[in-house]
Amino acid sequence: MTAFQGVWILAEQSAGRVLRISHELLARGRELAQKRGTDLTAVLLGWNVCREDLQELIERGADRVVVMESPVLEHFLVEPAAAALAEIIRQYKPEILIAGATSTGRTLMPYVAVGIHTGLTADCTVLDIEAGTGNLLQTRPTIGGNVLATIKTQNDRPQMATVRPRSTRPAPRDPGRRGEIIRLQPPEDLPPGRIKRLGFVPDQDEHPLADADVAVAVGRGIKKGENIPLVQRLANSLGAALGATRDVVDRGWLSYPHQIGLSGQTITPKLYVGVGVSGSIQHLAGMQTSETIVAVNNDPDAPIFQVADLGIVGDLFEVVPVLTERIKQSRSSS
Amino acid sequence: MRIIVPIKQVPETSAVRLDEQTGTMIREGVEAIVNPLDLYAIELAIQLREQLGGEVVSISMGPPKAATSLREAVAMGCDRGVLLSDKAFAGSDTWATSYVLSEAIRRIGVFDLVICGERATDGDTGQVGPGIAAFLNLPVVTYVAKVDSVDNGTCRVRRRVEDGYELLEASLPVVLTVVKEIANPRLPTLRGKQRAKAGDIPVWDAELLNLQAGQTGLSGSPTRVVKIFKPKLARRCEKLNALDEQGVELAADRCVEFLRERNLL
Repeated sequence: MTAFQGVWILAEQSAGRVLRISHELLARGRELAQKRGTDLTAVLLGWNVCREDLQELIERGADRVVVMESPVLEHFLVEPAAAALAEIIRQYKPEILIAGATSTGRTLMPYVAVGIHTGLTADCTVLDIEAGTGNLLQTRPTIGGNVLATIKTQNDRPQMATVRPRSTRPAPRDPGRRGEIIRLQPPEDLPPGRIKRLGFVPDQDEHPLADADVAVAVGRGIKKGENIPLVQRLANSLGAALGATRDVVDRGWLSYPHQIGLSGQTITPKLYVGVGVSGSIQHLAGMQTSETIVAVNNDPDAPIFQVADLGIVGDLFEVVPVLTERIKQSRSSS
Repeated sequence: MRIIVPIKQVPETSAVRLDEQTGTMIREGVEAIVNPLDLYAIELAIQLREQLGGEVVSISMGPPKAATSLREAVAMGCDRGVLLSDKAFAGSDTWATSYVLSEAIRRIGVFDLVICGERATDGDTGQVGPGIAAFLNLPVVTYVAKVDSVDNGTCRVRRRVEDGYELLEASLPVVLTVVKEIANPRLPTLRGKQRAKAGDIPVWDAELLNLQAGQTGLSGSPTRVVKIFKPKLARRCEKLNALDEQGVELAADRCVEFLRERNLL
């Protein structure tokens, strides 16, 4: 096992441009590499990847970037991507490999973990290094998000984990930071695989929640779908995106792209306002890294107050209209 | 056309509680249901069989009582169910679970599609579908939102990704994992329920599946849960009581002031 060294992150690209998740993973990876006293490598599969973006990976914390380019790696297809990644792992033997819990990461990582016989933990919210053993401690919500479990991969390497997009801020850029870029030739027998990509249909409407600086989330306390406009008005007064708990989405009061939490989106806005949100672990997993958290709830013991910076205990139907007015006044006077 | 649908029996998760003393789950008295996301896989499989003919076989790894979930699958319209049950499977992580399911699929024989739910609502990993594909050395398409066609040994599907849908064509056999958009799961019919009640659910164990020792259960699992706990939440919350009209006014004023202090307005 000592042959396995270094912390690696799986960077992702689209149309040759490195995606933001890669920079978030560098923030996670840097912390782990520091604790483990080792270096940080970003691995990237793609085709015609922008050079400046590779340099940016270094400026955001990678000591080394390992990139393999091939036309069959242009878009994510599981078979060539898995063959390439498994080959790189065999060659470089990373001790830890983390990826985003994206449509790519959540497909590629389990496929590869089976192939190379190692453990993989999905959707970790906290990653840490165990004192003494140096093992990766992987903590994630489980049992429907009711509790947290800490998981170890004791005897197999690399230790593999995925983390939710937007659960960390991107690692800051340090212009001029130096590192090594290693370009690997794809293996000659890299399979094109048995899946062909015929096309792509982009979404028409945008879902601004993930990128929002301010998000207002509505929970079951709203009681009825017809009451949603009350919270929408609060969101409008703050210039915020509207989100919701799983309960609200399951009842059909808002659509799935609004869902915040373990089974929806993870967000890290500057300001999160929860209205009638009790704060199940499943929901907290999607918002607790917000910079500032404000909550309105009629139950003084609601768990949401334990992660909030400011809590208003009261009936949302009385509080929200007054609060909306005050915010409007305040914004128009400034 | 033969379609295999691996399903999981899960606790009705919102009802599960944690014993804070011992750090273990209290599952007693909690209803066991078919993983809600697996119902979409079952529905798609039945629809494809209705179009193309053939059979739908549902399999599940779990304790003996998981047979009830397979009976539900049959009541919905699956042709038969097979339970994979053995003490040696207990404690399997996603790697070991994928191994057991893939060996059972091999044993069923020739097949065209394996259709899985996107993830189970208890473990929430979504790793077993791709894991099965890797063990079977098959391609996998995850997050399938629509099947456009299945013919001439291929299937065309739409795969839901972050910013749209990929249009993909996969040769059969292939493993699919499906999202909710794929279909509306039907309810079991009375006739289906009767058939499910009368039918037999065979049980396959490690020996029958000829599984390698040490590859299943806790000992065959690369990952190990070392701690289960309730999170300690740590922010100092400034709590405002807004229980009457005056309280509401004061709380709203303080909230605006607070947001201004933090440059959020």
